[in-house]
Amino acid sequence: MGEYPGYPEEFWESIEKVEETRERRLKEVYRRITPEEKEELLRKWHPDYRPEGKRKLRIGPNKGDSVPNEVADLLEAHALINPDEISLEEVDYDVDILIIGGGGAGASAALWANYSGVPADRILIATKLRFGDANTKMAQGGIQAADRPNDSPVLHFIDVIGGGHFANKPELVRALVEDALRIIKWHEELGVMYDKDEEGNFIELSGGGTCRKRLHAAKDYTGLEIMRVLMDEVLNKEIPILEFSPAVELLMDDKGQVAGAVLVNLETKEYLVVRAKATILATGGFGRLHIQGFPTTNHYGATMDGVVMAYRIGAHLVDMDSVQYHPTGAAYPEQIVGQLVTEKVRGLGAQLVNAEGEQFIYPLEPRDVVASAIIRECYGRNKGIITPTGMRGVWLDSPMIEIIHGEGTIKRYLAAMYRQFKRFGIDITKEPILVFPTLHYMNGGVEINVYAQALYPNGDPIPGLFAAGEVTGGVHGKNRLMGNSLLDVNVFGRRAGISAARHVKHASIGKLTLNHVKRWEEMLKKEGIKTDRRAPILLPDYRGPRVLSRAINIGI
Amino acid sequence: MRMSQAKTTVKQPKMKMVTIYVMGKKYEVPEGLTILKALEYVGYRLIRGVGCRAGFCGACATVYRFKDDYKLYTGLACQTTVKDGMYLVMIPFVPAKKPVYDIEKLKPDASTVISIFPELTRCVACNTCTKSCPQEIQVMDAVQEILRGNLEKAAHMVFDCIACGICSMRCPAEIVHYHVFQLVRRLYGKYIAKKSKHLEDKLKALEEGAFKEELDKLVTAGPSVWKRLYESREIEK
Repeated sequence: MGEYPGYPEEFWESIEKVEETRERRLKEVYRRITPEEKEELLRKWHPDYRPEGKRKLRIGPNKGDSVPNEVADLLEAHALINPDEISLEEVDYDVDILIIGGGGAGASAALWANYSGVPADRILIATKLRFGDANTKMAQGGIQAADRPNDSPVLHFIDVIGGGHFANKPELVRALVEDALRIIKWHEELGVMYDKDEEGNFIELSGGGTCRKRLHAAKDYTGLEIMRVLMDEVLNKEIPILEFSPAVELLMDDKGQVAGAVLVNLETKEYLVVRAKATILATGGFGRLHIQGFPTTNHYGATMDGVVMAYRIGAHLVDMDSVQYHPTGAAYPEQIVGQLVTEKVRGLGAQLVNAEGEQFIYPLEPRDVVASAIIRECYGRNKGIITPTGMRGVWLDSPMIEIIHGEGTIKRYLAAMYRQFKRFGIDITKEPILVFPTLHYMNGGVEINVYAQALYPNGDPIPGLFAAGEVTGGVHGKNRLMGNSLLDVNVFGRRAGISAARHVKHASIGKLTLNHVKRWEEMLKKEGIKTDRRAPILLPDYRGPRVLSRAINIGI
Repeated sequence: MRMSQAKTTVKQPKMKMVTIYVMGKKYEVPEGLTILKALEYVGYRLIRGVGCRAGFCGACATVYRFKDDYKLYTGLACQTTVKDGMYLVMIPFVPAKKPVYDIEKLKPDASTVISIFPELTRCVACNTCTKSCPQEIQVMDAVQEILRGNLEKAAHMVFDCIACGICSMRCPAEIVHYHVFQLVRRLYGKYIAKKSKHLEDKLKALEEGAFKEELDKLVTAGPSVWKRLYESREIEK
């Protein structure tokens, strides 16, 4: 540490301007833009509005809907397995509940299924990498819940549905904001170490698009702290976990129910058959698809597997046209480009300023608005800073935090951010952070109801299939607010666990089948879709171009 | 605006290469890459030793040495930049059993922690754990605080632990610090930190139906009402 030079020479002229304007800006509040201005800004500059980034789906329940090309590529792909090569006669795991995904939603579902009476050894968590390897662990800023005296679930509801451009499913929003209080209480009982004041009340901050200070945090390791407590509790309950074993296809039975999944051991490539009375999808989102070439804040495993598998059995998707770009991804240094710079930095008072040291947007507008304003500043007005690798970015003036809240605030509340940049010679208590939007969240996904049941296009529940967390859509509409995804995974993970526990009391599974995969292949043929792609892809491939172009298959 | 296109519009300076040794095997990689990206650059498609890629998950613990330097260095592959002459290996897994306990039945004191992790008393205060921590946690001091019964202080000291396990592999007393620390943080969070009165009050109001009527109306109100309410919100400073 300390051996890296920090910002290059050519940045300093601009950094000095940021320093010169800082004192004046401390008193300056940038105006909130009008609804009309917002709409125009989004239409002109948000990547979702670029028509060439999308195409219409040619197959499946959402045929005709416009989605990002990278999403369409996977939804229109062949299956990863050949049903004729899989024997369903031999069942490797026969359980009541299979949970696919070991992040916040999966862990929460497992615990609540267990609390609801399903014995630990009748549950199985299957996860692609290690248990807990998920975006949940990387969430920094916080989790929303309306518990302060001047706040209420009603205000939280209005913030969520306004932030989502009124496209959310209102009953899901209601579940989110009501359960929020129950979830924080549950966490308190489990021993999650939230930031608290001397009386024991939570220290809460504003987030983008919230009308009250409602963000509960555990420094800037909020997701890590929640996730590791949930993991500890799952391990204490001795709920079985299969690591490095992602699902590659859902199983159905001859009665048309979802009946488990085919997993693959990533290290030995052996397939495993899991029969389950209820299956919970908790597989997360799609950051690693790098929509429109953007870098991402997401975990290595965020490859949209759950959406692909659910789509093949006829699940309806909602808002898949909508992608969240987090306004403040690191734009420098190259080693950490795209990594998250938490919204909490703005929540604590840091402004966004251009190369001239001037503000151009109120820093706590909703995420899609701020992201669009940054893109406009860099590419429309040419007032960004250009890095040695050709990236552009604007300044997030973090030293303001130390002036507003006192010296030491950053080290105390933004320990992860401070450490992240210090590793590369940048002291964010003294120097601003260069940022540019980064691919952050899958706003849409598998449609669910308030019981976390996955739905067909006609609104009927898919028997035996539940879903929770980022893999689902409808909760956040077209734009998720900060602090609502940690909440989402807990609220709907819990609901999925409780619903699945109720379901398995009466469910019985018939003969297992992969006929839906055969039907899918026939549909591809019928629609005239020709492709070599197979999905789910499970992991991205970042191998260098030289080695990829020279790799040969030697069968070992 | 397409990021990859944006990059190609600017002339790239010629890459300077450095030599690294991956488990003894020599490779040339561009200067400035993290160890993780360097491994991918030379052709590894990782399953183990990779996770969040952002310093939060502890999957990519790595140890390395340089020629003619006795010292064993440690770091996270996703956060450590390659240096010329680096001999490295990832240690993506630590064999360590997590003891099972019922948090509801524990007392927040040193004897609880020691009864679950008796090896804690074997700490010889060598400080190797602290020196190896990529999060710069005062690991040994925290162990000593726990032994003294100061769980509150210890819980805060070890808050930034990402459970990479490097300390536990270096420890001559065979302590599995990250499991110990998890217990200590939970004991603090559950028993020592005060409970929130605000939360309790609001939760009581919710369960008594204080928001029911308004939410019933809101859910069915439709976009025009939501829009009006959203645009007329009073925003707390």
